Amino acid sequence: MKDVIIIGAGAVGAFIARSLSRYEVDALIIEKEYDVGDVTSMANSAIAHSGYDPVPGTKKAIFNVKGNRMMDQVCDELDVSFDKCGTLTIALYDEQLPMLEALKKRADENGVPSEILTKEQVIAIEPNISKEVKGALLCPTGGNINPFTLTAHAVENALDNGLNITFGEEVVAIEKIDGGFKVTTNKNTYETKVVINAAGLHSDDIARMIEPIDWSVKARKGEYYVLNHFGKGFVKHVLFPLPSEKGKGILVTQTTSGNYLVGPSSEWVDDKEDFSTDTLTLADVRRQATDMVPNIPFYEQIRVYAGLRATPSTHDFIIEPSKSYKDFINVAGIESPGLVSSPAIGEYVVEELVKAVLPLKEKASWNPRIKPYIKVADLSFDEKNELIKKNPHYGKIVCGCEKVTLGEIEDAMSRSLPVNSIKALKKRTRAGFGKCQGGFCQPNVLNLIAKNKGISPLEVKYDGEGSEIVILEVKKEAK
Amino acid sequence: MREVELAIIGGGSAGLSAAVSAYDAGVRDIVILEKGPFLGGILNQCIHNGFGLTEFKEELTGPEFAARFIAQAKERNIEYHLNSAVSSLTKDKVLSYMNPEEGAVQIKAKAVVMAAGCYERSAGAIAIPGDRPAGILTAGQAQKFLNEQGYMVGKRVFILGSGDIGLIMARRMTLEGAKVLGVAELCAWSNGLNRNMVQCLYDYDIPLYLSHTVSRCEGKGRLERVIISEVDERKQPIPGTEKVFDCDTLVLSIGLLPNNDLLNNLGIPQGRSRGSEVNEKFETSIPGIFSAGNVLHVHDLVDNVVEEARVAGKAAAEYILGTSEEVENDITVVPGNMIGYVVPAKVSSKGDDKVSVKFRVREPSKNVYIVYELNGKQIKKVFKPVIIPSEMEIQALPKSLFNGESGTLTVSLIKKEEVK
Repeated sequence: MKDVIIIGAGAVGAFIARSLSRYEVDALIIEKEYDVGDVTSMANSAIAHSGYDPVPGTKKAIFNVKGNRMMDQVCDELDVSFDKCGTLTIALYDEQLPMLEALKKRADENGVPSEILTKEQVIAIEPNISKEVKGALLCPTGGNINPFTLTAHAVENALDNGLNITFGEEVVAIEKIDGGFKVTTNKNTYETKVVINAAGLHSDDIARMIEPIDWSVKARKGEYYVLNHFGKGFVKHVLFPLPSEKGKGILVTQTTSGNYLVGPSSEWVDDKEDFSTDTLTLADVRRQATDMVPNIPFYEQIRVYAGLRATPSTHDFIIEPSKSYKDFINVAGIESPGLVSSPAIGEYVVEELVKAVLPLKEKASWNPRIKPYIKVADLSFDEKNELIKKNPHYGKIVCGCEKVTLGEIEDAMSRSLPVNSIKALKKRTRAGFGKCQGGFCQPNVLNLIAKNKGISPLEVKYDGEGSEIVILEVKKEAK
Repeated sequence: MREVELAIIGGGSAGLSAAVSAYDAGVRDIVILEKGPFLGGILNQCIHNGFGLTEFKEELTGPEFAARFIAQAKERNIEYHLNSAVSSLTKDKVLSYMNPEEGAVQIKAKAVVMAAGCYERSAGAIAIPGDRPAGILTAGQAQKFLNEQGYMVGKRVFILGSGDIGLIMARRMTLEGAKVLGVAELCAWSNGLNRNMVQCLYDYDIPLYLSHTVSRCEGKGRLERVIISEVDERKQPIPGTEKVFDCDTLVLSIGLLPNNDLLNNLGIPQGRSRGSEVNEKFETSIPGIFSAGNVLHVHDLVDNVVEEARVAGKAAAEYILGTSEEVENDITVVPGNMIGYVVPAKVSSKGDDKVSVKFRVREPSKNVYIVYELNGKQIKKVFKPVIIPSEMEIQALPKSLFNGESGTLTVSLIKKEEVK
């Protein structure tokens, strides 16, 4: 019997796993996709919120503020890019100015540093903002974070410290047994003392497998534009309009990779697998964004995407044992600000909820750090030369748009966390993330993955089940 | 830091032609930096024929055409480095590149020819609505998989955009056993060369849907169907005109864009082609930095690419050898009515030679005049019974027409009956 099964390897599951990996424990993460952080943790605004916005006293407020304070150390240990550039919440109309005051008060209550800026101050630090701006709330502790590596590196760290993970396995039934639970997936059956339900959009479905629940998780879609990294500092902070009941509104920001992100929309959808984008919705995103930043160069657009927020019916994060069993822990409805909260949630779940039901003994040698990822493009001239002398593959660029080398790709594929798809490699290394969107490098990347895994190119997936890219080998006899 | 006379960014058709031309004009210290594993660039995956009709008076395949230029470069012992993507270029013409053998290298060049080609517009760039499963890829990607690696990307294929690579892939995939269900083109006219329309679509009974676009893609892991719709004059889908095609692949041939980041990063002004603005010698606003081929503006024919690069290579040689005359580029060339873009952006009013003006029209037109106006005064008109966007117009304009006058030269398309 295992000690712990974590269902779901999104940001929350990843940090629960990492916190758990401090202890002598036999734990398994079960992920239904072929990569970690492949659903909500992948398609979001990539923001480490400061915590000025959640209602004081809520779990959202508590974990957001705590998560933000942990983030410098977490990102250092896990080699994740965190650009603490600050967030600006913008008032575009005079009647919104009192709302800035109210937000400032909320920030104070949550213990988040903030400052109200005048129109002139805002224009001085954000030259491309609308001249209609009336003022803004500056929160210096918020910023942009790389959501792909945040999740992946947390899991990698957990695996390095002895946890296990399985991919493409979907939990279909959970049954209470003596001393724990029987967890049945589409492929296996496991017995475990403790279950942690971090199944994101499907966490209510998982919770219902053991008892009736009085809450639910609904999918709320957000659609975004991604623009190429055409230059630094077109916007210098994360720019939000004032929040409404529909969420934090359409933001404009420069990601940790230098791209610009514009979005999200907010639409309820019934289908938790509906990641489609829609022309009219995106046109509305664009219109709202240009109210705030008029001259966004949309001709630099390289991709659009949609993410689904796991929105709880309770309006707050659900982080508690199930009603019937203290050893079945629900971590559900982690919508925004979930990404930044995840390290704090992981620590709380393990230290408070798991420890209450399972004696945990600390490992003699827990390493909080992963082996740093070399990013050749960021190295100095001499560092590049030294590295290429040691391993010439670091001198061979595979993705020209993002300047990703063969050495970096091989490094990503040699880690404890496997690379199972083209998209996984893209999230780890940025190969295929650039202006040509893999037009040039994808055929080469596909072959590298096939070679690394010892499979045929015909078996290489783009992302999930059934997403193979090439389907037939031609003129095989001629080869 | 190593110093060279001429650095050429890109070892495809444009880079090779510029190198050969510069060599023949007397420059010996030339380095070609090619990002890929072989010279010849994109021609290597273009295994169809139709290349070289002007240049060699023969019909060659892409690799054959490339081989001739590679041979010319090798005969001249021109130095080249493969797997050597240039990561930065400064105004002082210091280039940084790296490769597995040499490591990170910086070289300072007296002159640079930018010849980095173009890239394909992707699905994300046009925000195709619906799902984003596997099976949506660009024509060049499908071509590379098939022609370089020997893998088919699908069995039932729909094509968006009537660009030449899309048409060529329609035929190519049909020959390999795929069913190509149709081609949707947003414009009311086709955007490929006429010969490709005939030889790649009509000969195989592949339907072309003009004024149509893909209004939705559906599929979870792999593409399952595309829905196309007719578009109105604002190019928006018209409700009620949907047609559904069950297919596993959507191939995109929706335009090529100059791969010009290195020059854009220097702040060199961009023209409407999204390449850098150049003068008639293909020199940019930074003296000694030249640009030619698809990185300057996307060509239909490689024959025109090598000719353009030949001029740029020769001009770079004259710059290096100090034999170029100091000229003031005192005429600004601008696209007027119905003209998409014009190259070059600057010319000199002086001289007794001809300037080669290249442009594309915005839409197909019949019975029109191409009208050249210098400071509002008509200096030349050329009658065209038919003119189409998919065929680049190249015209030689005698400088004697300028009469030494500087100012603005406007190229316009005017209906026959409206021309005086």
